[in-house]
Amino acid sequence: MTAGRWRLLGVLVLIAVLLAFPFFLRNYGLNLYARWALIAAAGIGLNLTVGYAGQVSLGHAAFLGFGAYLSAFAIKAGWTMWPAIPAAALLCFVVGLALGFPALRVQHHYLAFATLGFNALVFLAMRNEEWLTGGNYGIQRILRPVVFGWSLRDSFSYAYVCLGVLAVIAAIAWWILRSPWGRAFAALRDNPIRAESLGVNVRAYTLLAFAIGGALAGIAGVFFAPLIGYIDPHMFSGLVSIDLLLIVIVGGSGRFIGPLLGAAVGVLLPEWLRFMGDWYLVAFGALVLALMAWCPTGLAGLPERVATLLRPAPRDPAERAT
Amino acid sequence: MASEAPVLEMRGVVAGYGRLTILRGIDFVAQRGRLTTFIGANGAGKSTVFKTVFGLVRPTGGEILFEGERIDGLSPRARMERGIVFVPQGRNLFPRMTVRQNLELGGVVLRDAALRARRMEATLERFPRLRERIEAQASTLSGGEQKQLEVGRALLLEPRLLLIDEPSIGLAPRIVADVFALLRDLTDHGVTVLMVEQNVRSALRASHLAVALEQGRVALEGPSDSVIEDPRVRAMFLGGHVAA
Amino acid sequence: MIDFVQLVVSGLATGAIYALVAIGFALLWQTSNAVNFAQGEFVMLPAFVVLALIKAFDLPLWLAAAIALVVAVVIMGGLFKRAIVDAILPQGAMTLAIATIGLAVAMKNGVRAGYSAEAHPFPALFPVEPIRILGVGFSLADIGALVLAGVAIGGLSLFLAHTLAGRQMQAAAQNRDAALSLGIDVDRMALYTFGINAALATVAALLVTPSYLAKFDMGESLGLYAFYAAIIGGFNRVLGALWGGLIVGVLSNLAGAYLSASYKDGFVLALLIVVILFRPEGLFGSSEERKV
Repeated sequence: MTAGRWRLLGVLVLIAVLLAFPFFLRNYGLNLYARWALIAAAGIGLNLTVGYAGQVSLGHAAFLGFGAYLSAFAIKAGWTMWPAIPAAALLCFVVGLALGFPALRVQHHYLAFATLGFNALVFLAMRNEEWLTGGNYGIQRILRPVVFGWSLRDSFSYAYVCLGVLAVIAAIAWWILRSPWGRAFAALRDNPIRAESLGVNVRAYTLLAFAIGGALAGIAGVFFAPLIGYIDPHMFSGLVSIDLLLIVIVGGSGRFIGPLLGAAVGVLLPEWLRFMGDWYLVAFGALVLALMAWCPTGLAGLPERVATLLRPAPRDPAERAT
Repeated sequence: MASEAPVLEMRGVVAGYGRLTILRGIDFVAQRGRLTTFIGANGAGKSTVFKTVFGLVRPTGGEILFEGERIDGLSPRARMERGIVFVPQGRNLFPRMTVRQNLELGGVVLRDAALRARRMEATLERFPRLRERIEAQASTLSGGEQKQLEVGRALLLEPRLLLIDEPSIGLAPRIVADVFALLRDLTDHGVTVLMVEQNVRSALRASHLAVALEQGRVALEGPSDSVIEDPRVRAMFLGGHVAA
Repeated sequence: MIDFVQLVVSGLATGAIYALVAIGFALLWQTSNAVNFAQGEFVMLPAFVVLALIKAFDLPLWLAAAIALVVAVVIMGGLFKRAIVDAILPQGAMTLAIATIGLAVAMKNGVRAGYSAEAHPFPALFPVEPIRILGVGFSLADIGALVLAGVAIGGLSLFLAHTLAGRQMQAAAQNRDAALSLGIDVDRMALYTFGINAALATVAALLVTPSYLAKFDMGESLGLYAFYAAIIGGFNRVLGALWGGLIVGVLSNLAGAYLSASYKDGFVLALLIVVILFRPEGLFGSSEERKV
């Protein structure tokens, strides 16, 4: 079999495992699984911005929050959550465009702080505008939907809904990355000046990288609110944005599978490692440190890293001479 | 004189950055009191030769001898103490410090403060313009003044071997001529000067010897006036290659 | 008017503490291109070292503080530089920045799991009672914080400007290649700045913890404010980080009192975003070629 066929087989096995998984879970496990799917979906959006377009963002939780609050508003207004999907996508796309503007001026840690500042402003608004958001208490009892009389309220059904969201978002991201846009993003990340000279509109694509990444996270956010059942501002603070970035980087930024792995480390592993208690986060921090030192490409890059360690070093004239 | 070891001798030096090899076996001998210009295309290894001689790049093969002794294991600082001084390409001043502070830092390797003060005085004797601007911020100096300060600072250590990388960058032609004349004057006082220049024609006119590098090896060397006439050099600077 | 003066003074006191942390941040960036996201945790840790020493050995505050200073310089200065920065910086400045986020997570939760998740009172360096100057009451703690931070920053400035070691550190920061070519031990200079950063963070811990209380997550907002201060002031200069700290302290105090208490952080953030958009080198930074 060719490498491409192996890859296809791997993807099919992964899909089968993901589809079968909920049958082996109870209520708590199902909710965790759904949470993993949504965080992975938001991570795919962030990965587009960070991993593929190379723009650091510490404002991604805000997009998740926009989706979640819109969904809560819609449900509380007596509509269903569905109108919140296009609304969240549109809102996050527009806000994402605006958030992209600093990226036209500054890069790296400046951009990290600019986006973190944006997230902090959004947090303040969520906390202070009580008439709209319920302030610190947030919005309680956000019910899951019923579609054509078919209830998706039980955790089993809703886990599949969230898996479906992940599938759709993954498909959209896959399609974008295979399109000329994806190549433009990669050119932007690898060498913006060269990209410009190749005719890539750097300005437009930088903004798009934030807008699309944000819109995908916004869609994930719409499903997040009914999953947890309540929302409050702290679920979408800058700290959560930092966690999301770590999830993408630990999983492997710029790798398609990266956010899925990262979300597993961020969402599932703490449950399995419950016996470690608070030490789990110490171990997580240490894992980040170790990965950055030995394998900055994250878990997704680990097999190749191990392979290069085992193989004698090839001559690579393209290596950076910095 | 005949038995004196050459100031610098490179034997089959291989060096580069990480896995990227730039110098692929450099053989070169520099005699006392000569001004030698290194020419070559971008990436031929001119700057890397200097960084390797100064110790910022560690060779992975070959030997480097300074006045007959191996130096390729020494730190840059130890090489400076032996009399090798390096003026890198581009902006070499500390922009937010005064001329005086910049000069003082040129003598950091000299542990004796009194010696440092004497040498500074000698430098200011030589460059009266620097004395006039002694308390000015380096960033406010003109291009020519900046280059004077760079060279003056390098001379604080009374180098026996001066490595200067593209001194003419960003300078007006008249000032470039002054800089080359200054370097030539140093060689009259027994200093050995190696320089890298893109400004090939005027650099070769000012120097005694020339070395052309191609792909990390010495492609051609000899007296400047013969090198400047060499058709291969002419071809090389029109974008062709030396048929070695 | 009296309120206004009091607000400015207490804002300056808080701002001076931000400035201590922001200056350290700026120094690390200048000499090493290192962005340390764990700056807030670098303040939190010495606070807990002091607390643990007082609790375990019943030491007087000044002695516990002195020991904490040494511990901080060794661990958060030397060890951090050698074990983490030197290992990761070759992979890129952003990779190191991410690694320091990981470090921050590990430090916070290490203290939470290993010491306590509670907020602990912390002995005050200066008495809290107000004193009256020209009819205006000032908190002695605020005045003390201003004075001590001023002494620390002033001492650092004198050291940087007037000693050969300080000059060499500046040289390494202003032009690394030139410094190397003059035989300046750039790596050693960088190591010194890491030590200085740890010392400044310890001073900040002594000043801020009596009012913030010692808690594992106390560094989160403190670190953020220091970053904002460094960027607003301009962190390619020590002076920029100093002004940035003071501006942030005073602005949030005044905005909180006169404009909107619940949005007082918002004004700082708005200023941050405006600065990043229109003057990325910072209000007091110099725009000369910024290393990227």
